[in-house]
Amino acid sequence: MTAPPTAAFHADRVSVRIGPATLVADVSLDVAHGEVVALVGPNGAGKSTLLGVLAGDRAPSAGVAAFDGRDIADWSPGDLSRRRAVLTQDNQVAFPFRVREVVEMGRAPWQGRAEQDADDEAVDQALATCDVAHLADRTFTSLSGGERARVSLARVLAQRTAAVLLDEPTAALDLKHQEDVLRVARGLARDGVAVAVVLHDLSLAAAYADRIAVMRRGSVAAVGAPAEVLTAALVEDVYGVPVHVLDGPDGTPLVVPQR
Amino acid sequence: MADAVAAPVRASVARPRVRAVVLFVALAVLLVAGVIASAGVGQLTVSVSEVIGALLRGLGIDTSWAPASDVTYEALWQIRFPRVAMSILVGAALAVAGAVMQAIFGNPLAEPGVVGVSSGAALGAALGIVSGGVLAGVLGTASMAFIGGVGATLLVYFMARAGGRTEVVTLLLTGIAVNAFAGAGLALVIFVGDSAAREQIVFWQLGSLNGSRWNEVAVVATFTVVATAVAFAFARRYDLLALGERTAGHLGLRVERLRVVSIILVAVLTGAAVAFAGIISFVGLVIPHAVRMVLGPAHRMLLAGSLLGGAVLMVWADLFARTVVTGAELPIGLLTSLIGGPFFFYLLRRARSRQGGWA
Repeated sequence: MTAPPTAAFHADRVSVRIGPATLVADVSLDVAHGEVVALVGPNGAGKSTLLGVLAGDRAPSAGVAAFDGRDIADWSPGDLSRRRAVLTQDNQVAFPFRVREVVEMGRAPWQGRAEQDADDEAVDQALATCDVAHLADRTFTSLSGGERARVSLARVLAQRTAAVLLDEPTAALDLKHQEDVLRVARGLARDGVAVAVVLHDLSLAAAYADRIAVMRRGSVAAVGAPAEVLTAALVEDVYGVPVHVLDGPDGTPLVVPQR
Repeated sequence: MADAVAAPVRASVARPRVRAVVLFVALAVLLVAGVIASAGVGQLTVSVSEVIGALLRGLGIDTSWAPASDVTYEALWQIRFPRVAMSILVGAALAVAGAVMQAIFGNPLAEPGVVGVSSGAALGAALGIVSGGVLAGVLGTASMAFIGGVGATLLVYFMARAGGRTEVVTLLLTGIAVNAFAGAGLALVIFVGDSAAREQIVFWQLGSLNGSRWNEVAVVATFTVVATAVAFAFARRYDLLALGERTAGHLGLRVERLRVVSIILVAVLTGAAVAFAGIISFVGLVIPHAVRMVLGPAHRMLLAGSLLGGAVLMVWADLFARTVVTGAELPIGLLTSLIGGPFFFYLLRRARSRQGGWA
């Protein structure tokens, strides 16, 4: 698979091994600017590990991970932080910083540059987009799990990068905020941002992603448009649970376990 | 400060700017009052106006307040002022070191002692005392303590490092091992030494600012000013570290490099303070924590508040140590631990009830 010229994230036959365990095996995947790619799969399938490789946190044991056409290892942390933002699964803040301060930390890469002038505006916008403006003066440590997740997402948005990696941004969220977050992801893609997002809810992925990559035991079992990928046979094969794949009212597939 | 401790979370974030102004003004007043009191109280009592007059005269401004007797003037400038200056520096250095330590560990319970500074310094000082002939004089002991403290810290750091990175837990456990080893070394030195050396070692460890001299003050001042300036330059990066090292890295921070430099800062600050003052624990733990409760965790304010707060605590603690018992001087390390121990316990209880512990 060769990278199209617009590919932001590019993995070419990437493998990650730790001791005898293979966490990611021979995965090739591209995420282009302007598209939302959802990574789905059972627990332990290697989604977060792959995301870690794409983010540059973890060097692949084999294969190449590139960002904007350049090997990820060749990027300096500073340059990378102005081009891609990452939301990790653990939304921890060690000390009781206020919500606004946490979101302002997302502006750190732009300190001392012309973009710094947009700091306040970027923070305000991110707070509003993630529906956390009313929490701005609260301490992060006093928030609920879902509120923390939204504040962390606001921090990622405030960074204003052309590519984002989101690891389970909807994990702790209620129904409305799950939809909100994915709508935000879609909006980013519309503005030309490359979005890779790890999700567990297949129907949610189907509704908002341009493409879905289904991972199973470290490999990509299937990748493509939601309607092509999410077949009852594949989902049952990957998850070990029989499912119905229904046509939703808006035409996107709904995946429901057989009960 | 008692109010701030008792206040609910909401109030502590209500008007941070007002709180900051109040805290800094209060600390500044306490510091000035402490300096004047400490210079005036003692075997030879000197009035407030004479203290101020002597200070001004020393700076080249003659006023009518200057002490009439030269003995008073000399006593102030030779004994009291250098001691007060040393207590300011030592308190500031220990508190700033503590704030940096807590920042790089992302844990409010971190203290310079956990990476071996104090035990290494104690071992170094003990070696210096026992080998008296080879490394004679106070400066000898001090530099041995400094080398011991910095050496132990660097040992802990580089032993804990693997594959270009350091895990906090590994660092803490390595610190425990090195602390135990230095403790054994100290016991051995005490065992080998004669009774005079033993007494000296014990009293060195208890901590004292007695007999501070201007040349020593200059040494500590140099280390403290340089290391503190670097810490202030890192303030915003320390904020990012609160997000965890992965996320800090995603925001462009070179986490490992920041850690190495910061550990060296901590070793230098604590080592310089401990070298001349002996083991003074808990200042680095208590002060940053108390300041964080009032000002919040952002590091620029936290470092500034800790700098002032540490200085205030040490000036008053030293005044108390040398005046509370007539004719004798309490070890200052004893005093700080006496306050620090219960406070530490209180922090633990508070953290448990607020957030279910620190895991």
